[in-house]
Amino acid sequence: MTAAGATAPNRRRWHVAEETRWAFIFLLPWIVGFVIFIAGPMLASLYLSFTDYNVIRAPELVGLDNYQQLMRDRRIPLSLGNTLFYALLHVPLLIIISLFLASLLVRVGRAAGAFRTAFYLPNVTPAVAVGTLFLLLLAGGGLLNRVLGVFGIDGPTWLTDPTWVKPGIVIMSLWTLGSTVIILFAAMRNVPVELYEAATIDGAGTWKQFRHITLPFISGALFFVLIVNTIASLQIFAEVYTMFFASRSGPAQDSALFYTIYLFQKAFQDLDLGYASAMAWLLFVIILIITAFQVWGSRRFVYYAGDDK
Amino acid sequence: MTVQTSGVGGAPPPASVTAATTARAAAKPAAETRTPGMIVRRILYFAALFGATLIFVFPFIWLVSASLKTRQTVFNNDLFPFPLHFENYARIFEVVPLGNWFLNSTIVSVLAATTVTISSAIVAFGFAYFRFPGRNVLFWLVLASMMLPGAVMLVPNFLIWNALGQVNSPTFAPLWAGNLFGSAFYIFLLRQFFLGLPRELFEAARVDGASYPRMFWSIALPLTRAALIVVFIFELRAAWTDLMRPLIFLRDLALFTLPQGLNYLVKIYNPQGGGQGEFHLVMAASVIITLPMILIFFVAQRYFIEGIATTGSKG
Repeated sequence: MTAAGATAPNRRRWHVAEETRWAFIFLLPWIVGFVIFIAGPMLASLYLSFTDYNVIRAPELVGLDNYQQLMRDRRIPLSLGNTLFYALLHVPLLIIISLFLASLLVRVGRAAGAFRTAFYLPNVTPAVAVGTLFLLLLAGGGLLNRVLGVFGIDGPTWLTDPTWVKPGIVIMSLWTLGSTVIILFAAMRNVPVELYEAATIDGAGTWKQFRHITLPFISGALFFVLIVNTIASLQIFAEVYTMFFASRSGPAQDSALFYTIYLFQKAFQDLDLGYASAMAWLLFVIILIITAFQVWGSRRFVYYAGDDK
Repeated sequence: MTVQTSGVGGAPPPASVTAATTARAAAKPAAETRTPGMIVRRILYFAALFGATLIFVFPFIWLVSASLKTRQTVFNNDLFPFPLHFENYARIFEVVPLGNWFLNSTIVSVLAATTVTISSAIVAFGFAYFRFPGRNVLFWLVLASMMLPGAVMLVPNFLIWNALGQVNSPTFAPLWAGNLFGSAFYIFLLRQFFLGLPRELFEAARVDGASYPRMFWSIALPLTRAALIVVFIFELRAAWTDLMRPLIFLRDLALFTLPQGLNYLVKIYNPQGGGQGEFHLVMAASVIITLPMILIFFVAQRYFIEGIATTGSKG
């Protein structure tokens, strides 16, 4: 405690007030930013979603027109469906493969460091470059199909066949799963070794140990990875945009049309800012519902150390 | 059982390895610890990891190889092209203003990373050190804003920068100036690190008459250097990689950033999108945009990996 503040009561009150004043000086950048770049835009976006606006003319209130148009626009269910399909395929595969690789890393001791580095390399590659690279790898006679050919599989045309476009995009995005592996690996290393020793003595096998010791212990990290990757995959943009939408027309654009890409097109190519705002709010509500559902579901399986229930 | 003896460098050692070494430390017969089955299993682990490494690293080699081919051979799947067409790298600087793009990306990324590191640190210190009414509500707002999808903010942000005359501006303000106000995720991360500092350090400085800004600058910042570097390189990477905002805010070819430029190259050259088919140039540009990040990653690897691992455990 400071000498000055502790002596007289009103000196002390002054000291507290001073601390509060300083606290808000430190917080000022964020408060200003929150008002200008978060709260303000959210309100503006809500307002614009009820208007017809193209930057040139002033926004004109049109009531629920944009939202009614959302119901009629067949590209909305198309892009939403594509996005959900992608997320439902991508996120579980991402987590399962990352769990597998992380539990391998945990078993090889010091060598894990070098492997971890290699796994993370794709994550520092700019998304656009990932896109161009996979234009090459997924091409009809590209590397992937050549590898499949070794196993006697006649690979599809990943970039043009509507059925295979999204699985191809999933393969591409699984290439950048390094950060998930690192998070799960870090969590696995914190599992107390005594638990495994005790389980081994009790005769529990590898799978039982994984299921009853590892999984409960890393459930916090697992939950984090699930939420973050779900939100991110619902907003996938850059690599897919470059692969399929760099030119205005191209093959298979319908099956690669993800929600954020359609939103971007509506807002900044068609300059239909009112409609794009309504689209943004629809996405916001969908993400909110999915996240809330995941948080609710997690109460059943997430275990935090020190939680005695 | 025996006491743990095999801890490596303070970090908790990997489970199964420790189980084996502990058993050895307890001087059990060697046959029990090194059964043929265990050796086979270890070989299988390494084989699987080497296989995975190949999948993660091989596309890079493929990319470099393709960038040294010709227009005709770029899709031909030869790993070692001959002759090597290094002139692709010179050509790409001639056909598009790649030098400009590189410079623009560097300016934007360094500005974005510097501003967000400083501002987030200031705000994080405010949340970590001071006790004041409304702190929990405000911090809850920070956490909530982390969950907001960027898409909702896109249109109004465009209107703000448009009103300020910053669209297609050589200041690149829309790509970095928002970082002057801190970023929720980094504030959260840095606050955790500031909270980890012993409070007595600051109380002692108070007694010596240090002001709050001085405590922040001379005590808090130096002691959290590693975390600040994590924030800096994370944002450097994010800004270097971003495509959507440059697409929205920059129009002149000379003002493009690298991702936006690469996107433009795909537009004019990608044969699948109806371009002119000079895909080897696209590959050369892809190498150029990727290389700086790989170099930074190898220099600052420790910070990347620790930063990622921390986000998971603090989340």
